Amino acid sequence: MHTKTIAQLSAALRSGEISSVELTTLFLARIKQHNPALNCYISITEAQALEAAAAADQRLKGGDATPLTGIPIAHKDIFCTEGVKTTCGSKMLDNFIAPYESTCTAKFAAAGAVMLGKTNMDEFAMGSSNETSYYGAVKNPWDQGRVPGGSSGGSVAAVAARLAPAATGTDTGGSIRQPAALCGLTGLKPTYGRVSRYGMIAFASSLDQAGPVTYSAEDAALLMNVMAGFDERDSTSVEREVPDYTAELTNSIEGLKIGLPKEYFDDGLDENIARVIERAIKAYEALGAVVKEISLPNTALAVPTYYVVAPAECSTNLSRFDGVRFGHRCDDPKDLFDLYTRSRGEGFGAEVKRRIMIGTYVLSAGYYDAYYLKAQKIRRLISEDFRAAFETVDVIMGPTAPSTAFKLGEKADDPVTMYLSDIYTIAVNMAGLPAASIPAGFVDGLPVGLQVIGNYFDESRLLNVAHQYQQATDWHLQVPAEFQ
Amino acid sequence: MSVDQTDITKVALLARLEIDEADVPQYVDNLSNILALVEQMSEVDTDSVVPMAHPLDAAQRLRADEVTEVDQRDRFQALAPQVEAGLYLVPKVIE
Repeated sequence: MHTKTIAQLSAALRSGEISSVELTTLFLARIKQHNPALNCYISITEAQALEAAAAADQRLKGGDATPLTGIPIAHKDIFCTEGVKTTCGSKMLDNFIAPYESTCTAKFAAAGAVMLGKTNMDEFAMGSSNETSYYGAVKNPWDQGRVPGGSSGGSVAAVAARLAPAATGTDTGGSIRQPAALCGLTGLKPTYGRVSRYGMIAFASSLDQAGPVTYSAEDAALLMNVMAGFDERDSTSVEREVPDYTAELTNSIEGLKIGLPKEYFDDGLDENIARVIERAIKAYEALGAVVKEISLPNTALAVPTYYVVAPAECSTNLSRFDGVRFGHRCDDPKDLFDLYTRSRGEGFGAEVKRRIMIGTYVLSAGYYDAYYLKAQKIRRLISEDFRAAFETVDVIMGPTAPSTAFKLGEKADDPVTMYLSDIYTIAVNMAGLPAASIPAGFVDGLPVGLQVIGNYFDESRLLNVAHQYQQATDWHLQVPAEFQ
Repeated sequence: MSVDQTDITKVALLARLEIDEADVPQYVDNLSNILALVEQMSEVDTDSVVPMAHPLDAAQRLRADEVTEVDQRDRFQALAPQVEAGLYLVPKVIE
């Protein structure tokens, strides 16, 4: 039962083959068994989960159930969940019981989904390996000596090990797609503004976007049907009709125009990964797609630009953690300045401090034009590359990450090397486009992800393109041996 | 662009972030490396480019100036490290 997709579980719940309480109990038992080794959950909300499952069972009997009613789900610990500890992976919020609910998690609860717990993550979503969490590193279920990727590492590891059938994640520079690639799952970052950011602890507000982590594209569509939509409590939320994301899954992709950016297949790409991606493209050609080489000339500028924009916004957003209203406070402050600096110095970890420092530096007097303004200009150039490309192709494909999962500790001491592991994902956030990562094969037993980038609000097409590949292949159904 | 120890101390002050004296050299290295990465931006001519603040160039939505939140002071203050009589307590600011 634990390896079934949500689409299958939803059918099993409706037919009465299993109840939500039974399903929830099964996943809670799996979490207890495997979480000590993997460390993918920060909090396990057993009592609330069983209560929600019982309510879901009533609703299933009553006939007003949604496709997600009774389905267990894990939420990244970046979403505020009322009455439940919400840490964002930080010591700063180790004592924080959220006093309100994020729109995203509220929508899942309203649909009848059952929250199993809150998943581990890089501190304040700043990291690509899940090693910056105050609660310790998460292990990759495919090889526990390796990282699961980040920052949604806990969500992805939980789903990969089948400790949850699906999870939510957030993606600021690749934080859904890169771990999905490293753990062999389907992950979708929607168009900026598509999913509400209300109650999602802010890292870089002009880049952050929540999305689903699932086994299949069909499951991702089911989650998107719940998550997407306008929210007046998020000032950057987009007022635009939400389609039924499952409606186009079965469309033919005959004649689909795929663009392959030459910059994504240069010397920086591991040749074994290149082979996996080339094989996936061949599979698309066999399904009737037409492939064309394109150019995104400003690709190399995406990482440098991101490391101005994201830290600048982070330093601003994280100024709210002051040791006065909530969160960590130092002992015996001698004055207000000491209260601020020591509370923040003790509450934040090394990577978060590094980014606050960079952000404060680039925003400080005299540097704004040279850094932040310059970065916003280059951001437009990056967006225009994509705009030009989408005049001739329907989707863009390439690798999600330049390597498979790396070893724990391998890049932890070298921030710049770590940053470059997001080289293929970051430009998408800069432009605000939607993109998915789907499992496309293995190199030495480790999963490889294919990234599919779409035009604005083209999530339905991305899911269609992913689903058609998943009908022809079974990479997305592979489960690490220990968790089958 | 590289930074020195004086820059680090100044930025830490601006950021209200206590940094261990012993960690300052590491910050000098890390920030200098990151700024070297960022430096690639200066090779691009952007004189005629309009800065992009929002990926969809959306304008800020306006709403009627009405009270929409209810008073939850006690609830929110229950999360604070130190409160008294509805006030957040901090060390004495004015002598």
